[in-house]
Amino acid sequence: MSVLEIRDLHVSVETEQGAKEILRGVTLTVRAGETHAIMGPNGSGKSTLAYSIAGHPKYTVTSGTVPLDGVDVLAMSVDERARAGLFLAMQYPVEIPGVTNSNFLRTAKTAIDGEAPKLRTWVKDVRSAMEGLKMDSSFAERNVNEGFSGGEKKRNEILQMELLKPRIAVLDETDSGLDVDALKVVSEGVNRVLAGGEVGALLITHDTRILRYIQPDFVHVFVDGRIVEQGGPELADRLEAEGYDRFTTPATTGA
Amino acid sequence: MAASTDITAPATAQHGFVAHSHGNAPGDPVPVQSRAGWPASFDPADFPVPTGREENWRFTPLARLRGLHAGAEASGAPSTVTIDAADGVRTELVDRDDARLGRVGVPEDRAAAQAWASFAKALVVTVPAELDATAPTTVTVEGQGGLGYAHVLVVAEHHSRGIVVLDHRGSATVSANVEIDVADGADLTVVSIQDWADDAVHLSAQRAVVGRDAKLRHVVVSLGGDVVRISPTASFAGPGAQVELVGLYFADAGQHLEHRLFVDHAVPNCTSNVVYKGALQGESAHTVWIGDVLIRAAAEGTQTYELNRNLVLTDGARADSVPNLEIETGEIVGAGHASATGRFDDEQLFYLQARGITEAQARRLVVRGFFNELIQKIGVPQIEERLNAAIEAELERSMALVGAGA
Repeated sequence: MSVLEIRDLHVSVETEQGAKEILRGVTLTVRAGETHAIMGPNGSGKSTLAYSIAGHPKYTVTSGTVPLDGVDVLAMSVDERARAGLFLAMQYPVEIPGVTNSNFLRTAKTAIDGEAPKLRTWVKDVRSAMEGLKMDSSFAERNVNEGFSGGEKKRNEILQMELLKPRIAVLDETDSGLDVDALKVVSEGVNRVLAGGEVGALLITHDTRILRYIQPDFVHVFVDGRIVEQGGPELADRLEAEGYDRFTTPATTGA
Repeated sequence: MAASTDITAPATAQHGFVAHSHGNAPGDPVPVQSRAGWPASFDPADFPVPTGREENWRFTPLARLRGLHAGAEASGAPSTVTIDAADGVRTELVDRDDARLGRVGVPEDRAAAQAWASFAKALVVTVPAELDATAPTTVTVEGQGGLGYAHVLVVAEHHSRGIVVLDHRGSATVSANVEIDVADGADLTVVSIQDWADDAVHLSAQRAVVGRDAKLRHVVVSLGGDVVRISPTASFAGPGAQVELVGLYFADAGQHLEHRLFVDHAVPNCTSNVVYKGALQGESAHTVWIGDVLIRAAAEGTQTYELNRNLVLTDGARADSVPNLEIETGEIVGAGHASATGRFDDEQLFYLQARGITEAQARRLVVRGFFNELIQKIGVPQIEERLNAAIEAELERSMALVGAGA
């Protein structure tokens, strides 16, 4: 059973005014079978956390470690992290012109598993995962994310999560831009992955809608680059009622 | 001469791509001039020897042409020509005075006029009337190191269908004219592949006239050679004609690959569609794409679109891209162009790598994807396979360059 530990993570980005620290000491442990919600206002650094774990070159880790089952992923390339079992469902999935979704999925699956999937079971797996996400079969032969609507892109992210079977999944604002129906379909897909109890999930969101469909075990409030409060699912209910105002005191905003 | 209008298509919004510049920048040596006014002649003496300041030579490295533009005489071993013709397609070698030659347009630069004045025998490929030749007719030109001039005429007689492939390999210094005559109702595909050895120099003016309700698909593939300069020109002889000009090029270190297109709409209700895509890698790799489209006053109901995309894979490479659209009538269906040159999109690489795919494989996927749409347009399976293999070979070099730079 996998464990992802985030230990005192500090991350900065280059700006025209020089390096700017976005994450200011994040510590968090995600175990297989646990669902953690990270909630916070826009600009608090939630997405930076997601992309830093995945290894996006834009972000510089200045201190801290992120061991996955004891091995620090910060020393790995982006693709090595994915092969080690990390998955990032992106807020803005990228279009890849001329590359079909089915070719992409098969290439990724082969890379993750270290061998090509058995053709018969693979085709069946892809088809049933797409049906579960209410994706038309034509999406297999369309180019990756090209011309997809916002909701279709998010379904395509969850499709990848279902097929690639990560150990730890980070979902960055998967709910943003989804209408109620799409949110339900996407949440069901996530729940199917989590149902086995073998995957740990870090669910990043700025509102509580998705938490009506995906039950978190832990809720962390993220403000100004660090976790300021932790609790169980009841904390999400409180945030829904009260918002983030009580966390964003003048001392921390505008920093 | 009517005033020329320059129309910009909606900007292509794609990651990392920058918009093209239009025509001449202020301070360029030659003023913008209508494409219709260019001189044309069969006599090389009617063209001054180019100096490199002329609009149509300003990108070309004249010093590397071995005199093809300046009256060099044929010398050395001539290229060998092997022909594999589809059933029913006629091929013949004819003398200079054959009455069929020289009827498709007139040379528009000195190198083309020199080629017309200097070739010894011409190759004529004829797809007879109403023949449906689904198999390609392949003309393989294998350079043997010499300097020479060549002439090819491809005729698709009325209501025929055929595919003609000109496949250039080996070492040679050659200037050629290719005439393409597509008669009424015919459907012709011409593919010109430049897969030369590293030291080859190849200039080729490929002029097409397309008849009423006829269709021409002209495909240029430039991969090998020191300097390759292909100038496809299409004009229309009757309404309802369509031309599709497709090009794919891949320039490595030191290579100069130039494509100068001209579509001359002088007849109503014709359609032209131009798509050229290129990739560049290595120090001083240079590509040039010029896309001239002229819609004359008589050409009402014209529909035209041209697109050039360049993908710069490493530092030190340079892609020039100049689309020009001149419109002399407002009574058209549509006219537009787009040109964009960009580098590898880091977000695409990140996305693919975040799914476990290695950087090298991710780059391959992106480049294959870039060309894929184009290759699928060609519609000749043998050519598609050849191109896929050629792109794989280019990518092997690309990985070596990226590895060395990392």
